[in-house]
Amino acid sequence: MDIRFTDEELAFQVEVQQFFASVMDDDLKAKLHGVEASPDLKGAMIEYQRRLNAKGWMAPGWPVEYGGQDWSVTQHFIFNAERGKAAAPAPIPFGVTMVAPVIYTYGSEEQKARFLPRILNSDDWWCQGYSEPGAGSDLASLQCKAERDGDDYVVNGSKIWTSFAQASDWIFCLVRTDNSGRKQQGISFLLIDMTTPGVTVRPIETIDGIHHLNEVFFEDARVPVANRIGEEGKGWTYAKSLLVHERLSIAEVAESKRNLDDLRELARAEVNGGVSLLDDPAFSRRIADVEVDLMALEFTELRVLAAAADGGMPGPESSLLKLQGTDIQQALQELRMDVAGYYSGALQGDLSVDQFGHDFADLAQKLYFRGRASTIYGGSSEVQKNITAKFVLGL
Amino acid sequence: MNFNLSEEQTMIQDSIARFVAEGYELDKRNTIVASEHGFSADNWQQFAELGWLSIPFAEEYGGFGGGPVDTMVVMQEFGRGLVAEPFLPTVLLFGGLLQAGASEELKSVLIPQIIAGELQGAFAYLERQSRYEITDMKTRARQDGVSWVLSGEKTVVLNGGAAQKLIVAARTSGEQADQSGITLFLVDAYADGLESTTYRMTDGREAANITLDNVTAQAVLGGTGKAYALMAPVVDNAILAIAADALGAMESLNAQTLEYLKTRKQFGVPIGSFQALQHRMVDLFAACENTKSLLYRAVLAADVGDEDAQRSLLALKVMVGRAGRKIGGEAIQMHGGMGMTEEMAVGFYVKRLMIANTLFGDADYQQQKFAALVNAPVETPAAVAAA
Repeated sequence: MDIRFTDEELAFQVEVQQFFASVMDDDLKAKLHGVEASPDLKGAMIEYQRRLNAKGWMAPGWPVEYGGQDWSVTQHFIFNAERGKAAAPAPIPFGVTMVAPVIYTYGSEEQKARFLPRILNSDDWWCQGYSEPGAGSDLASLQCKAERDGDDYVVNGSKIWTSFAQASDWIFCLVRTDNSGRKQQGISFLLIDMTTPGVTVRPIETIDGIHHLNEVFFEDARVPVANRIGEEGKGWTYAKSLLVHERLSIAEVAESKRNLDDLRELARAEVNGGVSLLDDPAFSRRIADVEVDLMALEFTELRVLAAAADGGMPGPESSLLKLQGTDIQQALQELRMDVAGYYSGALQGDLSVDQFGHDFADLAQKLYFRGRASTIYGGSSEVQKNITAKFVLGL
Repeated sequence: MNFNLSEEQTMIQDSIARFVAEGYELDKRNTIVASEHGFSADNWQQFAELGWLSIPFAEEYGGFGGGPVDTMVVMQEFGRGLVAEPFLPTVLLFGGLLQAGASEELKSVLIPQIIAGELQGAFAYLERQSRYEITDMKTRARQDGVSWVLSGEKTVVLNGGAAQKLIVAARTSGEQADQSGITLFLVDAYADGLESTTYRMTDGREAANITLDNVTAQAVLGGTGKAYALMAPVVDNAILAIAADALGAMESLNAQTLEYLKTRKQFGVPIGSFQALQHRMVDLFAACENTKSLLYRAVLAADVGDEDAQRSLLALKVMVGRAGRKIGGEAIQMHGGMGMTEEMAVGFYVKRLMIANTLFGDADYQQQKFAALVNAPVETPAAVAAA
């Protein structure tokens, strides 16, 4: 057992630190601040992602031949940790982390050449068309239909909870091409141009007041068969296999560590009856609870990475990463609301910070409400527990 | 970065697991616990012959020269098997303090005796009023010519009944709660003026209250008044060991609960088919994995002297207390009425975890220390210059 970095890894760590120090200049920092809760997300993120790409670090997890890096899992860990420390966001995942692995694993050479470089350069923005009004946690019961007509599929149906559909050029969809067998069969994986006639997007107003969720409707939308990934009816298998690619950063440990440090400083500055909130035993105990859990999760993630580095299957502990990572994220969001006190319930609207009288409550609120989604999407926490009970514990 | 055990460590692990499997069934174990001092002298000899007692000692005293990872491997198996023999008080506390503070002459005599299984020891640090503060003590030592003479009372001295020698912490200067002014003394358990009253802990191990009435010490360990610096790292190592023991117990307990969920039938189906129990079992699995992650984190940080070591250690002890209570309580609940009986091993594991929580400070106590450490303002160069 040894957790020390080698000299090469230490040198790499310095390189990553220096890179993010230079990339995250004041201008970009200002643009990216609170970007998750901002309508200007796309512009700032494109600028940031292109800086990553210029260094060849937009998609380090991809195979080298498509523009990835030949990094060890330790290097990936270092990269993510340093990125978190520098308050630099992860790239928007739908293109680079979610659809790209399906394209380079199961797509045709034409599809790879057409889509991958544009994802690397942030030319195309992608969204994910999985959930439907009748298919949430039970995703395989999806009904959005694609019927073959010559060289096209004719797509009819709708997708829901589609993040950033309003800003996307493409959507990757699971659609039903066959109704006869088990529900997991008969699902195909289609790449659909958002400008296709018959595709419309309707925003969903959400409790966080940020426009990120949408419904996407398909009305006789004609999609070339050439845009199907792999074989017809194998879409479920392809979609499931890409979940593996989310593991490296699914727990968002680096982000939570930074949020925790920020939270501590915000609490220190907050004074109640002459006493810093950080010295309030009840409050400091709640932060400590989260920090202890986060320190455990950080090492659970390392154990998963180390197992992967050995070429082994990820251990049973990997099933806990999403479950516990999202619990911690929500606990931190909740604490930040509590630090904001009265202002956690006040709406800043178009007022300046000076007019409003508070500088972090508005963002805290948005992130708190938006963050409720994290234990719902990607398989709700209850589904994660079902999966762990069945496949890890054998219940 | 790797979390694999070395070949040697795997061998130690296997040999302890074999020892438990071949001679430590629950009824046999409980017979051992019910004996005079709560452990088997024959087993202790076997531990010596197998080399387990030598693991944390330096090679120059005949030890194996092991580090925190080696101790972790041993203790995890002991916890898994509910092993009652006093490895913690004799080898890790008494032996650990000797190695850290005794003269070369003493070390070269006593450590080989521990390794050979001939010497039982204990560390007497606690007093009635101390709660979890290892520096809160009234016991005093005064100098009488070249000797030191101790008077006072020490309580809950683990292995205090079987110990032939004790290391006693006593105040040589300062006030009751001061961190400085404490000195460690080697005391013979049969010395004039020393009396002990023994009793059992809930998990079966023997403890003693020891009164000292002008007892002459055999030696001073380390510098006079400087015991805290000597004790602190030994206690930290002991906490890692206790946590490893607790992890072994948690793993075993979870395995028992899971097995019961799969085999116990009610309403015609295994109770593990009920989602209410499935989700709770996942929570217990998570509590155990969290403990393992923090144990690895703290042990490996201690192994390389990482700056994160103290924070990790405190976090670990918090988790051991919280996860242990959760896993223990749920194990009884999910075993239903059977969990209340001494026919099942469940209750014995629960009690072991209870003791792990209180040893050297429970979860609440450690959490306060943790919060004080992490909430301390970061000293920036500018702040230092301003001060």
